[in-house]
Amino acid sequence: MPIQYSGIIDEHNWVRKNSGLFDICHMGEFMVQADLAKANLGNLVTINLEGMPQGACRYGFMLNEQGGIIDDLLVYRIDSAEWMIVVNAAASDGDFAHLKEHLTGAMRIENISQVLGKLDLQGPLSADVLEDLAGPGIKSLKYYTFGYFDILGERIIISRTGYTGEMGYELYMPNNKIPQLWEKLLNDQRVKPIGLGARDTLRLEMGYSLYGQDIDKNTTPLEAGLSNFIDWNKEFIGKGSLLKQKQNGVLRRMICFLADSRRSPRHNYRIIYKDKDVGAVTSGSFSPSLGFGIGMGYVKDEISLGEQIILSENSISINAKVTAKPFYKNGSAKSGEKK
Amino acid sequence: MTIPENLLYTKDHEWARLDGDKVTMGITDFAQGSLGDITFIDLPKPGAKVEQSKWCATVESVKAASDVYAPFSGEVLKVNTQLTGHPELVNKSAYDAGWFAVVKISDLEEKNKLMNSTQYKEYIQGLSK
Repeated sequence: MPIQYSGIIDEHNWVRKNSGLFDICHMGEFMVQADLAKANLGNLVTINLEGMPQGACRYGFMLNEQGGIIDDLLVYRIDSAEWMIVVNAAASDGDFAHLKEHLTGAMRIENISQVLGKLDLQGPLSADVLEDLAGPGIKSLKYYTFGYFDILGERIIISRTGYTGEMGYELYMPNNKIPQLWEKLLNDQRVKPIGLGARDTLRLEMGYSLYGQDIDKNTTPLEAGLSNFIDWNKEFIGKGSLLKQKQNGVLRRMICFLADSRRSPRHNYRIIYKDKDVGAVTSGSFSPSLGFGIGMGYVKDEISLGEQIILSENSISINAKVTAKPFYKNGSAKSGEKK
Repeated sequence: MTIPENLLYTKDHEWARLDGDKVTMGITDFAQGSLGDITFIDLPKPGAKVEQSKWCATVESVKAASDVYAPFSGEVLKVNTQLTGHPELVNKSAYDAGWFAVVKISDLEEKNKLMNSTQYKEYIQGLSK
């Protein structure tokens, strides 16, 4: 996946208004056959698996005993006892080892990352584009659900999910057919290829965390402000540590901030509040949609929304205010509406 | 990529257009292309003293923040205030609408440390090898 094709800002804006295609073949996919009554799969993720209907996807975490995030992931319920788990590329091998070590009672567990590819089609026109290829059924897919569709002679999983804040899809296609699917989708005038640069600015405008940068095995979902992806009504690895953290309070917490200029906060810039160094920026960028610098990072103590902070490195000093996520509030992900 | 013949160039990819004891400066087409979409430019203030090869501006793109160095020592006479609201002018027109500043040169001899267009072209070709 290159950094850019036509240019980061151009690609970014294209996804917000039209439809952009991302080559995400590097992601990891595991197939797990496990009956929840007999296997402890639920213990390995923070998601309520029992409550998931067939055809649903859920976002959540795999945690270590300390409550640190081994990975953030998507779980797909294929059948009552069949699951697909989609994980980050860099964490994939570790995730699979962790699964194999802790999973008991499962009938099968397989890492299919080498044979399964993935393309993301994102943007408000994506439904129209994909309808031509996959049939009208694609338009009845609801947010965070998936279905099987026939494309290029293959029966593939398509989910209405994504990492941009726009309505869109993730298409799981066998690797050998990916080039064909890529070309076919790009033949549509409404579709442009999108690189890593715009993928990052799009996700950051939504306040989505990037694994390895905003979250990792030394940060917990509580610190990262992601506790709404935890089902507290069940047991899971790391729950004890999280409960303790909940009781004692977290040592750092994620904040989002909006600069008062076009200047971009960047990774590792210091966060200054009331003349004190209180933390560091994990992600920062110029926001093409807003025309201002945006970012997020961890600070020691809570800072209220609207408070002024300074982001600095050497001679650079950027005034910003603490704000709520998402930065970009006009995303079509849930509504599916065109803009 | 364009490299106008009548300009002087630095190894850090700034250009300089001489006019008597004044020089207009900016960053080259090669520089803007490598930076990608430019989103912000921090310019020196008129009246400020700049030194050859020392910091005089910062350019931010979606990818990175980069320092810009003065091609000549001297005093900043004026800066291109258009760039504050429209930094993308540097992407569109690196040598004209995207100029950064005009500097009153204190030592014209400093031009001997700069490259002409032929030398700069060879320099860039060397970088990509």
